[in-house]
Amino acid sequence: MREVAIIGIGCTRFGELWDKSFRDLFVEAGISAIEDANVQGEEIDAIYGGNMSSGRFINQEHIGSLIADYSGLASLNIPSTRVGGACASGGLALREGIFAVASGYSDIVVAAGVEKMTDVSVEVATDALTSAADREWEGMVGATFPGLYAMIARLHMHKYGTTREQLAAVSVKNHHNAVYNEKAQYRNEITVEQVLNSTMIADPLHLLDCSPITDGAAAVILAPAELAKKYTDTPIYIKATAQAGDTISLHDRRDITTLDATVKAAKKAYKIAKVTPKDIDLVEVHDCFTIAEICAIEDLGFVQKGIGGKATEDGITAIDGDIPVNPSGGLKACGHPVGATGIKQVVEIVEQLRGEAGKRQVNKAEIGMTHNVGGTGGTCVIHIFKVK
Amino acid sequence: MSVPRFWREISNRYNLIGNYCESCGSYYFPPRNLCPTCRRDSKIKPYKFKGKGEVVTYTIIHTTSEQFKKQTPYILAIIRLEEGTNLTSQVVCDPNEIYIGMKVKSVFRKLGEDGDKGIIYYGTKFVPDN
Repeated sequence: MREVAIIGIGCTRFGELWDKSFRDLFVEAGISAIEDANVQGEEIDAIYGGNMSSGRFINQEHIGSLIADYSGLASLNIPSTRVGGACASGGLALREGIFAVASGYSDIVVAAGVEKMTDVSVEVATDALTSAADREWEGMVGATFPGLYAMIARLHMHKYGTTREQLAAVSVKNHHNAVYNEKAQYRNEITVEQVLNSTMIADPLHLLDCSPITDGAAAVILAPAELAKKYTDTPIYIKATAQAGDTISLHDRRDITTLDATVKAAKKAYKIAKVTPKDIDLVEVHDCFTIAEICAIEDLGFVQKGIGGKATEDGITAIDGDIPVNPSGGLKACGHPVGATGIKQVVEIVEQLRGEAGKRQVNKAEIGMTHNVGGTGGTCVIHIFKVK
Repeated sequence: MSVPRFWREISNRYNLIGNYCESCGSYYFPPRNLCPTCRRDSKIKPYKFKGKGEVVTYTIIHTTSEQFKKQTPYILAIIRLEEGTNLTSQVVCDPNEIYIGMKVKSVFRKLGEDGDKGIIYYGTKFVPDN
């Protein structure tokens, strides 16, 4: 297996981009990644595009072809494949790209993610997102995504004494980080009181505990490590890719407050990269809801099970804390265009490891990690990156 | 919700019929064709659950899809059945009364409808078992 490096990154602004279509988004992200890597269209061997539900959101399937076509690459007949795994689609697209390059089958590969969510009403979007759960035995009885995560939160509070204020602290921290991220959907500071006074969505989760509905796209360019320096002075090396699965339904989990898929994928990733949680300088985790970030930092091994809420309240996960979590603002404040999120996380880590993250730069960032989850934990994909 | 899909699931939904694996003694609801413990050695038989259980965790849903909008706020819970398997269901009671560990029993209820003129579908919900 060949080592793989990231030689270019691109990302659109995230938000309610009513004036931009699905194709506007992926073209913008793809072109900026290609420019950043300084590769020619003729050099691209394959495209992997992560997307959760273009069928439900814009009534368009077969987006592999659409992406290549509107990126101006149809005449080159480049193979282009859509990769799906709910909210983990982006991370899975990267993983497919890594395999293609590592195996020696491809050299230059585009791994991208895109989602256009605001062409439908909030109710339709909520229902489309519910299709990441078990439709027949969760969705049909009235489960929603916030509802499922709310049940994780309720049990976490019951078992470990986690408080609503600790949940809110996740949002407050992520909004603070997003102030310095020009791509972010929400660049405003919020307070714990504002989170607790926001509209109740699914008790105990309020509106400001939930990631928003977002349009956006992100892309990265992969190359074999031995060719990377030909394109860039600052390649970022991929030290591990790991994926794990679990039951699709929350009710069938071994422990409702632990994402075993995260635990298993993380263990595998640490082993492959030959690092421990203590070696990780920063991490982008899948905070689709505030409770999800608390479970993530526990399940990734950064803090002991049960104290994720307190650790967040104590500032351990702040940009200047022991383990900076979601310097981009995370899904909560940077936004969560589901299929694009997994790639946006990688874009953030690459910017940080290159030392280009401006006011949200993590000090001495040399090893970074991304954690991307599908559904309530039926899929988890983790990557570890290093400066050299 | 399509009519054939709902029709196919009526016996499971109306009567809380899941499975029992004769090889290992595990109970399953929702129904499965394959026992995850025994896999190829599964001996799956239908089993009608007694419908008694307790609340493992719950939420009160205030914002939802079009289909459930009229019912808000409603209680959604994960319930552990006496036979030892979990399912997701609504609990019909005062939202102030629900708690983790509450004993509940199954009842036959309307689950929803496909718009004003669409099919009405029924299934199982739970109520406090005092």
